[in-house]
Amino acid sequence: MTATLAAPATLSASAALAAPVTLPLGRALNAGLRRAMEDDPKVVLLGEDIGKLGGVFRITDGLQKDFGPTRVIDTPLAESGIVGTAVGLAFRGYRPVVEIQFDGFIYPAFDQIVSQVAKLHYRTGGNVKMPITIRVPYGGGIGAVEHHSESPEGYFAQTAGLRVVSCSNAADANVMLRQAIASDDPVLFFEPKRRYWQKGEVDVTASIADAYPLHKARVVRAGTDATVIAYGPLVATALQAADVAAGEGRSLEVIDLRSLSPLDMDTIAASVRKTGRLVVTHEAATFMGIGAEIAARVQEQCFYSLEAPVQRVGGFTIPYPPAKLEEYFLPDADRILDAVDRSFQG
Amino acid sequence: MDTTFSAAVDDTLIQIVTPEGVRTEPTMYSELVGDITTEKLRDLYEDLVVVRRIDAEATALQRQGELGLWAPMLGQEAAQVGSARALERDDFVFASYREHGVAYCRGVDPTQMLRFWRGSTQSGWDPYEYNMTTPAIIVGSQALHATGYGLGMKFDGAEGAVITYFGDGATSQGDISEALGFAASFGAPVVFFCQNNQWAISEPVTVQTHITIAERGRGFGVPALRVDGNDVLAVLAATRTALARAREGSGPTLIEAVTYRMGPHTTSDDPSRYRPAALDDEWRRKDPIDRIERLLEREGAMDESFRQRVKERADATAADLRRGCLGTVEPGPMSLFDHVYADPHPLIAEERRAYAAYLAGFEGAVKS
Ligand SMILES: Cc1ncc(C[n+]2csc(CCOP(=O)(O)OP(=O)(O)O)c2C)c(N)n1
Repeated sequence: MTATLAAPATLSASAALAAPVTLPLGRALNAGLRRAMEDDPKVVLLGEDIGKLGGVFRITDGLQKDFGPTRVIDTPLAESGIVGTAVGLAFRGYRPVVEIQFDGFIYPAFDQIVSQVAKLHYRTGGNVKMPITIRVPYGGGIGAVEHHSESPEGYFAQTAGLRVVSCSNAADANVMLRQAIASDDPVLFFEPKRRYWQKGEVDVTASIADAYPLHKARVVRAGTDATVIAYGPLVATALQAADVAAGEGRSLEVIDLRSLSPLDMDTIAASVRKTGRLVVTHEAATFMGIGAEIAARVQEQCFYSLEAPVQRVGGFTIPYPPAKLEEYFLPDADRILDAVDRSFQG
Repeated sequence: MDTTFSAAVDDTLIQIVTPEGVRTEPTMYSELVGDITTEKLRDLYEDLVVVRRIDAEATALQRQGELGLWAPMLGQEAAQVGSARALERDDFVFASYREHGVAYCRGVDPTQMLRFWRGSTQSGWDPYEYNMTTPAIIVGSQALHATGYGLGMKFDGAEGAVITYFGDGATSQGDISEALGFAASFGAPVVFFCQNNQWAISEPVTVQTHITIAERGRGFGVPALRVDGNDVLAVLAATRTALARAREGSGPTLIEAVTYRMGPHTTSDDPSRYRPAALDDEWRRKDPIDRIERLLEREGAMDESFRQRVKERADATAADLRRGCLGTVEPGPMSLFDHVYADPHPLIAEERRAYAAYLAGFEGAVKS
């Protein structure tokens, strides 16, 4: 049974919702946070403007009203302070969920994340756990000003001790967020902000115990001629490219990576062995990026299955450009198809 | 002029003109603006009106889809005009993203301000042309830059001073604390100008601090002044005091200009979700433009022809702004690769070449 919620002001207690429901990705995240807070009193939310305002994207809408200001904390305007305080709360047995307002504002907290959050479990010989979830609305495509459209995931994927994931649809947004919060490791949770309004079916009552594993990639469209790997905002773009390719008689398999660290190489290698061709796409810079790591591993593991060099379609190695230029900057279906073509010419 | 005062904070609010447009008892601060004749007061009034009009026109342009975003400054005109009019040409301004009034006073063409918000460019003007930086979006970052620039001025034995603008929310950022610490340690000639507009998006100033922002300077050894930010004369006087200290080698000063953001944080914000309307009403009575208008009326300097002249000036500025905005020529795709580095970089050259070839592959070059 599918009940459609037409942009509810706030979601009622999740148990009261019939499952599944159709929700925009942003509301699915809100429902995931609500459920995680209901299930575990140690889950606390910290961030700028997350209380009354419900966050600038309204992801925490209504939660302070229902859980109170000690569980949904409007913090001072200080990212290092927010993450550093979350470290202390984690020491004390809490499960902090931090909201970084926009991707470009995570850098003041970079030191706390890579020097403290990532390393404390290791440094303490496993005695101290850092079950911190750091939510980051990321990527471009919303016509924003500087520092509001960045894709910093690669920095974090390079840091040992952190788990890094990105959701691409409403159902995953809901479940993956709950899984991230339940994880005893710190998780960087990258939310594709330009897909916040994209609707999908969500079962907000499902248990996470038997959910699809957080760190497993998913084949979201089966195909035979070439594999396209995407994550977060570009999964929809890759699917669009696959539609166009199908019209031209070419069958693309699309993989939603979901997890950047760890990487699910099994799913990737199985697909490449089947199709023989691979295109990896992301908004972050191509140079030294996630795609480079995947390309290297694929040539190590699938060299004899490859029909062509692995192609990458990423952001150019430039600072994110002003809004009027972002359509040129962001990988689109044409650029993905162009890369697919190149892998057939080789 | 004796500008020495201890690091102990005088927390009384400096005010020269009351909200009713009445001059307060003379103090050292009113003496500091003794040169502001009626004619000069009228100029300040004109600045306030024009700046408000620029802001309103930009807000309208955003609503009409011409700008991606705008950060309105309604209510903060006196804090910006008063401080900016205290500056000399050689002084350098390190701004946040809301200082459109300061930019206007520095001589920046309003159309240049808009291009950033339209999304056509990331800068808008050459900082060295106006001795003023373009918007700093990362909250608080600019205060450290101001401190470094001030240090450089000091090393060079330069005459000028530096002023940096930031909001109340920004005072929670490590960068602001670090800047105050550095500036105090090295005696950098910097004026830290906080527009305490009471709100950091949805968060009231009490989330950031439980003492006044002026008091926060003391912990760093930075003397501080607290001024009625809606009183253009008081702001002018306070800023002159701080600049004089900087110029004579006495180091940094923190100014807390107590004001109020009458509208939304940006055009994407909805203050009705977090702000009681009664507060807005209370502050509307302290409007910075109304009070100078009342003062000029009281002093018999508010005749119809002057009113008309100011209106025409504001209208003309707004019309220029609109024309300039609508006439913006948007940059082409290959400009993506401009200015990434100062010297040639092989990776950028390679990406530029590859992208040009890709675009050329479209029939009729649809994409370029
Ligand atoms: C490092 C950083 N964190 C968060 C933001 C998002 N943000 C932009 S403005 C703002 C509030 C700033 O308030 P305040 O410093 O009081 O200045 P105001 O906007 O009121 O002038 C926030 C949270 C940002 N731009 N930079």
